[in-house]
Amino acid sequence: MMIVDIPAEGDPLAGVETKLRQAPSFFDGAPVVLDLLAVADDARVDLIDIVARLREMGLIPIGVQNGGDRQNATALAAGLCPFPIWRSGRQRPERESDSNGEHDDQELAEPQPASGAKSQDGQREATAPPKRDGTPALLVTRPVRSGKRLYARDGDLVAAAPVSAGAELIADGHIHVYGPLRGRALAGVRGDETARIFCQSLEAELVSIAGAYRVREDIDEALIGKPVQIFLKGEQLVIDPLVRTPK
Amino acid sequence: MSKIVVMTSGKGGVGKTTSAAAFAAGLAQRGHKTVVVDFDVGLRNLDLVMGCERRVVFDFVNVINGEARLNQALIKDKRIDNLFILPTSQTRDKDALSREGVGEALEKLKDEFEYVICDSPAGIEKGAVMALYYADEAVIVTNPEVSSVRDSDRILGVLQSKSKRAEENREPVKEHLLLTRYDLDRVERGEMMAVDDVLDILAIRLLGVVPEDQAVLRASNLGQPVILDGTSTPGQSYRDAVSRFLGEEIPHRFTRREKRGVFQRLFRRTA
Repeated sequence: MMIVDIPAEGDPLAGVETKLRQAPSFFDGAPVVLDLLAVADDARVDLIDIVARLREMGLIPIGVQNGGDRQNATALAAGLCPFPIWRSGRQRPERESDSNGEHDDQELAEPQPASGAKSQDGQREATAPPKRDGTPALLVTRPVRSGKRLYARDGDLVAAAPVSAGAELIADGHIHVYGPLRGRALAGVRGDETARIFCQSLEAELVSIAGAYRVREDIDEALIGKPVQIFLKGEQLVIDPLVRTPK
Repeated sequence: MSKIVVMTSGKGGVGKTTSAAAFAAGLAQRGHKTVVVDFDVGLRNLDLVMGCERRVVFDFVNVINGEARLNQALIKDKRIDNLFILPTSQTRDKDALSREGVGEALEKLKDEFEYVICDSPAGIEKGAVMALYYADEAVIVTNPEVSSVRDSDRILGVLQSKSKRAEENREPVKEHLLLTRYDLDRVERGEMMAVDDVLDILAIRLLGVVPEDQAVLRASNLGQPVILDGTSTPGQSYRDAVSRFLGEEIPHRFTRREKRGVFQRLFRRTA
């Protein structure tokens, strides 16, 4: 899922284009929600045109949020869902105030909470932050093969088997992999910033916590093949070896 | 108890048809009544590899459509008793395969044969899914290179989610790996993946490693399953693979260079 902030000035999709250039295939077919906070009921914003352009880029616009009444009506007519308020743990005002300078673009992708939870989850994502108490973890004991996508809604995902390249593990909570993690793992996809990823051997194509992600290319080679835990520290995605080699 | 075995790979050109022909011939040689069915509708090849292309009258699609009886379409191999071929249609496409039609035909084949070997088309679309849907066991044919390994991984996922056994929540399809076109020189030069690297990713039982060898091409051109050429390394390794499939424990050959010196050989002989 990708949230696109429509800026008050300039090309509304400039940010998206930059993002797509950075990771063209990652967002392929990703559901998109347009955030209209900055341009609520601004007549200059042509929703229909924006939607058409997004589709051309290979994205799937599914809804709008923070729009004005007229925009919501246009969105509905265009087959988009006007979501009330996005509550995926991303609070724009705060983020703006504390991102003074030390924000590292390499590590943190900006407006893109997790690509994982796909369109059918759109609606429930809009309603409430995940409540994980008492939800049993989703346990898989057979290898997770390339092309397979598993989603642990409201809870943790435990894979007691290898996760192949091209497979995708998605969880609202933590993700544990007792075996090599070669595919993608997205934890806390509905905004839980305390979610973590644990794996026995980090060989992942991509890891993400609450939308902050890192692709294999940006992962320190020294960590590859190591048992690690991955978590968010502020806005920084941290990959920590589970066993430190004695000096 | 008869078994349906699918030869599949995801990727094309890795040796599914060669392996299906060799495997079926091997099982028949071992005294099991076996039929090998070509599921690659529109790209009929199995009959060529089996050397029976001049004897095709009716085919699998005719049987599915009720235009011919099974016995009219089955071709008996001239070299090996117990071995039959069910060719496919060259003029139709994969839409000719219906789940019910394939199911009925395979049921009838199961009544007559101990092993039904399904030679799958490449891909993960309809044709491939039809070939694996009714399988009890699967032989994943893989070449030691990354794209083939990834596609095999994908098809393993399809097996475990789209097969009849998976749908009915029965015991999963039993998976075997057949690593073909293995070139020891290139592995040693680091140009090809080694057996262990492939096993590390796919994590399934290794049925056999078939060396890259001219004998395979020669055999296809002659229309003879390569397993009949017992002097060739591929022929021997397919025989080993069939034995392992039948439950025998045989050490793997052709996976590493023989480095035994004269002394060791002498020692082994006398010991």
